[in-house]
Parts: sequence; structure tokens; C-alpha cells
Amino acid sequence: MKVALFIPCYVRAVAPSVIEASYKLLRYLGVDVAVPEGQTCCGQPMGNAGYEDEAEHLKKRFEKIFEEYDVIVGPSPSCVVYVRERYGELFRGRIYEICEYVHDVLKPTSLPGRFPHRVSLHNNCHGTRLEGLAAPSELNVPYFNKLKDLLSLVEGIEVVEPERPDECCGFGGLFSIEESAVSVKMGEDKVRRHLATGAEYVTAADSSCLMHQGGIIAAQKLPLKTIHIVEILASGL
Amino acid sequence: MSTEKHAAAARKYLKDTAKVDWQDETLWLVRGKRDRLSKQIPEWEALRDAASRIKLYSNSHLPELLEQFESHAVANGAIVHWAKDAGEYRDIIGGLLTGHGVRLFVKSKSMLSEECGLVPYLEGLGIEAVETDLGERIIQLMGLKPSHIVLPAVHIKREEVGRLFEKEMGTEPGNSDPTYLTHAARRNLRQYFLKADAAMTGGNFAVASTGEVVVCTNEGNADMGTSAAPLQIAAFGIDKIVPDRESLGVFTRLLARTATGQPVTTYTTHYSAPRKGTEFHIVIVDNGRSRILADREHFRLLNCIRCGGCMNTCPVYRRSGGYSYSHFIPGPVGVNLGMASDPDRHKGNLSACTLCHSCEMVCPAKVDLAEQIYRWRQHYHTSAGKKAISDGMAFLMGGPGRFGAGLTVGPGAMKALKAVGGHWGKGREFPDIVSSKNLESIEKQDHGK
Repeated sequence: MKVALFIPCYVRAVAPSVIEASYKLLRYLGVDVAVPEGQTCCGQPMGNAGYEDEAEHLKKRFEKIFEEYDVIVGPSPSCVVYVRERYGELFRGRIYEICEYVHDVLKPTSLPGRFPHRVSLHNNCHGTRLEGLAAPSELNVPYFNKLKDLLSLVEGIEVVEPERPDECCGFGGLFSIEESAVSVKMGEDKVRRHLATGAEYVTAADSSCLMHQGGIIAAQKLPLKTIHIVEILASGL
Repeated sequence: MSTEKHAAAARKYLKDTAKVDWQDETLWLVRGKRDRLSKQIPEWEALRDAASRIKLYSNSHLPELLEQFESHAVANGAIVHWAKDAGEYRDIIGGLLTGHGVRLFVKSKSMLSEECGLVPYLEGLGIEAVETDLGERIIQLMGLKPSHIVLPAVHIKREEVGRLFEKEMGTEPGNSDPTYLTHAARRNLRQYFLKADAAMTGGNFAVASTGEVVVCTNEGNADMGTSAAPLQIAAFGIDKIVPDRESLGVFTRLLARTATGQPVTTYTTHYSAPRKGTEFHIVIVDNGRSRILADREHFRLLNCIRCGGCMNTCPVYRRSGGYSYSHFIPGPVGVNLGMASDPDRHKGNLSACTLCHSCEMVCPAKVDLAEQIYRWRQHYHTSAGKKAISDGMAFLMGGPGRFGAGLTVGPGAMKALKAVGGHWGKGREFPDIVSSKNLESIEKQDHGK
């Protein structure tokens, strides 16, 4: 079985350590993962902003790069959902967000390493409501949270959630620019609630939410750090 | 209602942080009540599925269901009118009222009357139209429009209501106790109920199998009005039809729980026949609804039961207020309904969505609200800056060489982004563009070990 690592463009740009952590984690769990060359962007930012047509060439590029693989794994729920939902049938059933893949397919019972910190978990919108990483707070469904399950395998960690644990943080792609006033207010509210948990770190499965929240944390010089969940899961590797 | 783009109006609204936080908390509280009640119903998700299916069925069987409704309503003694648009709706109601010599007209809250501009039209005919639902009355006395479809005065503080009532109803100066003010409003409204020549309601549901118009309220003022006046009018959109009472039960279980976090509205009144010696007129209105039904990408909008649940959960609505939207219905469903009615006028609302999809999960009739906003965005573009950024990214991502080069000039590119789109940097630092490091090499290094 051929497994490929999908590198979302903004993760490469602002958080390349997440890619290295993803690679190490998959290798540690016995996956012979390939990192195809020539990857750029799936087209999600353009699509969500209303320019899906103009990102058609990115879709073609993505299809060409990944069509030969049986499984594609990427560390970003929103990009993975975009490909799954907007690319037609081609990748349905074989593209996974990395936490989903590790939790549902690889099912580790332990992970090496320690992360002796209090961590506030941001359940991001697309991961929770579209990808199924956790039970959305709106629905009357049995509680589950795959991110918490995975984090519980890390020694020493204390996982907490802010009030309104899956309310949007206000990033929203180009929303963050076009509606910057609302976006910043949402981010400030979100970060304030993380801070109230007494956590040292904010973690999430999506680097874009963390980039936005990290921007607020830096502007307000708050005693909080952001870290992608895969970096915690791979902390002993 | 805003005459500028949502983003610009919201920026102004956000200057009063204390008020923004108060609105956000108030609406979140309603969402919380909705969550608690919905989780007490084990079959909640099945109910939502049923509601969605019933609506899809009803809206795809409108001709027979509406005619069935009409024949039952006529058999019950009601007089049924059909209005294809807002103009006909106003003419029918205006004609009925002037024909009956009506001078004072009491009405309960109806978003359809807002949609069709009824009250200003009637005032032009010299008819005094008094809103009788408390929130709506407050808004009317203030000369404002509703900022929320279920909680029209949710943005008004009780102190403001106290001052208003002091002026309008002679209440004690400085007394803003909600119970006191409610009693004052009650006494004040009673004189209108007793004097009114005609009373009107909207309709939450219209039951095809019985010809009943069902009105759900909490104050009972709709019933006060319709119980006293010699002429009663009920007007509703064609999308309010449900096949029968069994299907109605699905909606009455969902409506109040989602709207306000109550098990059921205090009053659920089935209007079927006129009281003895009075007339009961029913106005069934299209006003663009059949056009929505014909729109492959947006027909599910007609599933909406106007509960306001999507507003309470929308993180953008909660932080930008009802008046930042250009359409008279704000929030997720308002963005969509505005686009369905006049896209060029309302496309400035399309930015008011992060695509968080919370609205879709709250919606009791499963309208694909966020997905529809995504679709409108593909056809109606709102900002030259956003287009420039999107185009720039699409170009940059066109090849790994360009992308890599883009990353090496990353910090500069971010500054350019700021210049084009503005506003990332205010209140929020830029992320560091880390490097153009060849990540693919990790695989080769690893396998080389």
C-alpha cells in the first residue's frame, strides 16, 4: 500500500516542523510514507473566498501528484476536507487527516515521549464539524474526541478545553483579512478562554487556527504558546 | 439594516466592546439553553432529519398541498387570498382594511410583513398599525427595525426600554425592572386590543390536511388581538405548508427548543374558522419563494422555519449585531435569503461567514447554510483586495518553483498581503515565514540512514 504525506501550503510556510513531526509519527507507527515532490496548495483558500474555478489548475496538479497513492494523509483537517468534498470522487475514502488516520486506522496504544504541560485543546471547526474528529457541541450524539484520545497516550500531559470548546476562533481563510475586525475579536475571545484554563500551550490539528491565535497571543504578549497536536504526539521521536 | 458592506459596518459596531460582549453572551446563553434542551430529547437528531425530509416533501408538493389547504380553509369558513409578490400582499391587506373602514390595526410579529413592507404602507393609507409583541413594540416605538428574527429587541438594554416607556407610557422615571415594564406594556397594549378594528398574525405553519394556520408565541398577544377584533387576517409564505398535524408535531417540538431553549412556545394557536360574526382572511404569499425552489443550489433555504437558531450560534452574528447586515433578516439564513432576493444589493453580507458550519448543525430543518454561502461566493465576488490575494496565491501555488521562491521572500510577501488586504496586522502579529526548506528531502534523508 502506497501512503503519501500531503503538505498543506501554509503549513510548509509557517509551521514546517509539523511536517517533520507528521513524517516521524507515521514512520514510527510503521507506515512507509512517501513525500511526493512538487506539492503546493489544494486550492482551499481560493475556493472558500469564492474563486474555486480559478484554482482549477491547483486541483489538477494535486490530482496528478497524488492519484497513484492508495492513502493520502495530511496534517490539516480543513485542507483534507476540501479535497474530499470539492474534488469529486477521486480521493473520497482515501484521504485522511493525520489524527483521524492514526486514531482510526493505525490505533496506537502508546506513544513514546513526555509532554509535561497543561495544554488547552482547540477543537477546530472543520476538524470537528466536517471531519468528525470530535462530537460537535451542537449535536445530540454520544461524546467522543479523537484528539483527546490521542493526547492521552502522551505521558505527563494534562489536557483541558476552554469554555465554548468548539466555537470558531475567527480565522476562516480570507475571512481573516476581509472581516479582520470580527476575526480579531473572535480570536481575542478564543485566546482569553484558553488563558483562563491556566494552560501553557494551545494545541489544535490545524495550523491555520494556531497561526491566527498565535498572532493574537503575540500581539497581546500573553503567557501562552501554540503547538500543533502532531508535534506533541511526536515529542518523543 | 446596513447600507454598507457587512465588514465595514461590523468594524464600527465592534468599537463598543462592552456592548459587543454583552450581545455575544446573551445570544450564547440562548444557544446554551437550546443545547441543554435538545440533549434531553434522545431522538433529537432523528427529529431534525424528519423535519428536513418533511420540508423537502412539502416544498416539492406545493401545488397539491396548498390547494388542499385552501379547500379545507374555505370549508372552515375562511376566505383565502393568493399574493404572488409583496405588492399584491400589501394590496390585498390594504384593500381588506380600507374596505372594512379599519383605522386601528393590531398585528403580532410577522417577518413576512417586514419582508413586504406592510406597516409603512398601511401608515400611508392612514391606518395606525400597532405591533403587539413586546419586543416588536419596543422596536416600533423606537423607530427601529428588528435586529434578530425571534428576539427583535435583543440589542436594546432594559434601561433604554425604561426610558422609552417613561416617555410613551408614563412609567416611573428610572424604573427599568423587567416585570414592572412588562406590566406597563400589558396595560398599554390592552387599550389597543379592545379598540382595534382588525388583527393580524403571520403563520409559523399551515396545515394542509385541516386548513389551520398555526401561530406560536410566548406572550399571547397575538391571541389577544385575534380574540377581540371583528376582522382577522393571517398571512404566510407558501413554504409554511406542512402536510398534516403529525408532521406539524415534528416542528413544534423543534421550534421553541431551538429558538429560545423552551420545550414549547407558551401559546401554540391553531386558527381555522372565524369567530361568530367576524371574518377570517388568509393570505398565501409567494414573493420569490418559487424562484428559490427552482434554484438547484439554494432550494433548501425553503426548509427554514425562522427559528433564529442559526443567529444565536453564529460567531460572526454574535459579534457584529443584526444591523451590520444589509438584509432585514441577519445571520446565516439572512445572508442566504438576502442573496436569494437581491444578490447585487446583499452580496456585501457574503463575507460574514468563517464557514465554521455551526449553523448547519443547529438548524432544526437542516438547511445547508454554510454550503450555500460558499456557493453564492463562487458567483458573486465582494472585494477587489480579496480577489487580488486569491489570484496572487493561485499564481504562486501554480508550481513548486514559484511557491518556493514565494517562501524565500515570505516576510516581504506578508507585508504585500497587508498592503493589499489591509488589517491582518492590527491586533494580531504576522506569522513568521519559516523557510523554503525542502521538506521532501526528509524522506530521502530518512531512507538514506
